[in-house]
Amino acid sequence: MKISRFFSRKFPLSALVSVLILASVTVYAAEKTFEVPRPPFSEGIFPCSQCHKYFKPNPKRRVLTEYHTEIVLHHAEGERWCTDCHNLLNRDTLRLVSGDPVDFSESYRLCGQCHGDKYRDWKVGVHGKRTGYWNGEKQYLLCVHCHNPHDPKFKSLKPLPPPVRPDAARH
Amino acid sequence: MSDNKKNSYDQHRSRRKFLKGVAAGAGLIALPGKDASASMWEEFFQKHFKELNKDELKAVINRLEAKYSGEFDKKVTVKTTLPIEGVRYGYALDLSRCIGCRRCVYACVKENNQSRDPQIHWIRVMQLDKEKGVDLSRAEHYYNPEQVPAKGHFYMPVQCQQCEKPPCTKVCPVQATWKEKDGIVVVDYNWCIGCRYCMAACPYGARHFNWGKPGLPKAEMNPVTHYLGNRPRPRGVVEKCTFCVQRTREQPGRYPACEEICPVGARKFGNLLDPESEIRYLIEHKRVFILKEELNTQPKFFYFYAT
Ligand code: HEC
Ligand code: HEC
Ligand code: HEC
Ligand code: HEC
Repeated sequence: MKISRFFSRKFPLSALVSVLILASVTVYAAEKTFEVPRPPFSEGIFPCSQCHKYFKPNPKRRVLTEYHTEIVLHHAEGERWCTDCHNLLNRDTLRLVSGDPVDFSESYRLCGQCHGDKYRDWKVGVHGKRTGYWNGEKQYLLCVHCHNPHDPKFKSLKPLPPPVRPDAARH
Repeated sequence: MSDNKKNSYDQHRSRRKFLKGVAAGAGLIALPGKDASASMWEEFFQKHFKELNKDELKAVINRLEAKYSGEFDKKVTVKTTLPIEGVRYGYALDLSRCIGCRRCVYACVKENNQSRDPQIHWIRVMQLDKEKGVDLSRAEHYYNPEQVPAKGHFYMPVQCQQCEKPPCTKVCPVQATWKEKDGIVVVDYNWCIGCRYCMAACPYGARHFNWGKPGLPKAEMNPVTHYLGNRPRPRGVVEKCTFCVQRTREQPGRYPACEEICPVGARKFGNLLDPESEIRYLIEHKRVFILKEELNTQPKFFYFYAT
């Protein structure tokens, strides 16, 4: 569902005006951060608080019917719920197992809790990908640039065309 | 005569002699014809690239830039950027990540002005059986399923391995191909006589010959070129991957086009002499192999398994 449609159904327009101001004062555990591009949010979904400031947080595990219905967990879903990763009380941040909030620009720390080996390789540029210059500044693609956090298996791609066979190429 | 001059003289002589020897039989070598312009003759008599002094080099570059700019209707630059001190390039490819999507193949074609028709690809991706491992006799080059990776298969892109001991350069009768200080094996298309000995000597099939006039549409031509890299090639010369010399020798150094496009991050590039580089890290920490190790060509293109 389009966000605008959701809003026009749920709220009078005037409620939107003040919505985009986001104040998240959080204390982060000290750890090295990495230069990353913008997290790959769908257009208009962030800040989450634009909606969630109007809702009572609902920690109950359930089938979502009102919104986010396209999100179907396929990631160790047996023992997992949204709020294991999302901060129930400040939806604009993620949360670690310790309860500490983490910015979306540091989501690798969340993933790194359970995928330590990949995280280690990622930090040194071996898993995942760094962009920029081989002997200069680099940016790290976030894990979620390649893996949908809700269904993280890397999606298959259509290959580009095979080469022409040599007999066809050499007239 | 100084040593340098003498060398250059010898090289000239041997190239001419060789040309005379093969011209009769092969017929592929383009000697300037009756209606050749002055610049074509200049090109024919150009000295070996490494022997050119500053002014001569400038003249050659000016001539080429004017020629290509006219041919492709845009401002074409031809760089001669030298190797960076203290750099020896290395490349590594993660076989546990590559999904065989061929994005690298076409990014390379575009960046390096390969001929579209007849088709030249500097990168070949082979599909192999997971069960059989790296058995090149079972490689499938023409796979084309709806989606990759296909079940039970893994993928292995092959391009120039930038050997430390390149068998290809040794057999060139006219020294038209050589290894640069940064390890990149290059070809001087103005000097290459098209004998294709180097292709026979390369164990990796990484050299490609322009059988016909390269078909490079003006609109698709990449005008940022290097003399030893992606500048337009004439018919009858050999070409190959140069680790995108026109990009990687910049300061700061850009990544090769194939590394930049890779959607899975399987391709790693950097300076083998820099202990902080990811390439050094993975050589020290991962399962790494080189292709046809037994030939002692000492590739600087590594394959590895991150997992
Ligand atoms: C494994 C941890 C994890 C779980 C479990 C999880 N999420 Fe997420 N989710 C993330 C991360 C990380 C992002 C950030 C993606 C990005 O940076 O674009 C995200 C992004 C989102 C977004 C923004 C998506 C978009 O389109 O840009 C929404 C909405 C969301 N999650 C809702 C949910 C809901 C609802 C659930 C439960 C059904 C859930 N998440 C479960 C980690 C998780
Ligand atoms: C357009 C409004 C809107 C936006 C923007 C939005 N949400 Fe929601 N979200 C909802 C609604 C409505 C529900 C309740 C759905 C239900 O109960 O079926 C919900 C439920 C959730 C839940 C389940 C827990 C709970 O409190 O109900 C999570 C987790 C969640 N949202 C995360 C996010 C995240 C993370 C973002 C930002 C990346 C985000 N949402 C942005 C409307 C929104
Ligand atoms: C709380 C622990 C936990 C966290 C946090 C977590 N994962 Fe996972 N992840 C798992 C487990 C367990 C599995 C294996 C079970 C499965 O595939 O469903 C898994 C599987 C995966 C897989 C392999 C999927 C496949 O089918 O091949 C990927 C990729 C992945 N996770 C990426 C991520 C990313 C990216 C994040 C951060 C957004 C993340 N994980 C956060 C526990 C976690
Ligand atoms: C450039 C894209 C990219 C980035 C960034 C990336 N990955 Fe991956 N990841 C992949 C690919 C490709 C695979 C292999 C998938 C396959 O074989 O189907 C993979 C596999 C995985 C796997 C599972 C299977 C395995 O091979 O063990 C996990 C877990 C995983 N990644 C976690 C992460 C985490 C955590 C991060 C961030 C710290 C991350 N990835 C960043 C592309 C990426």
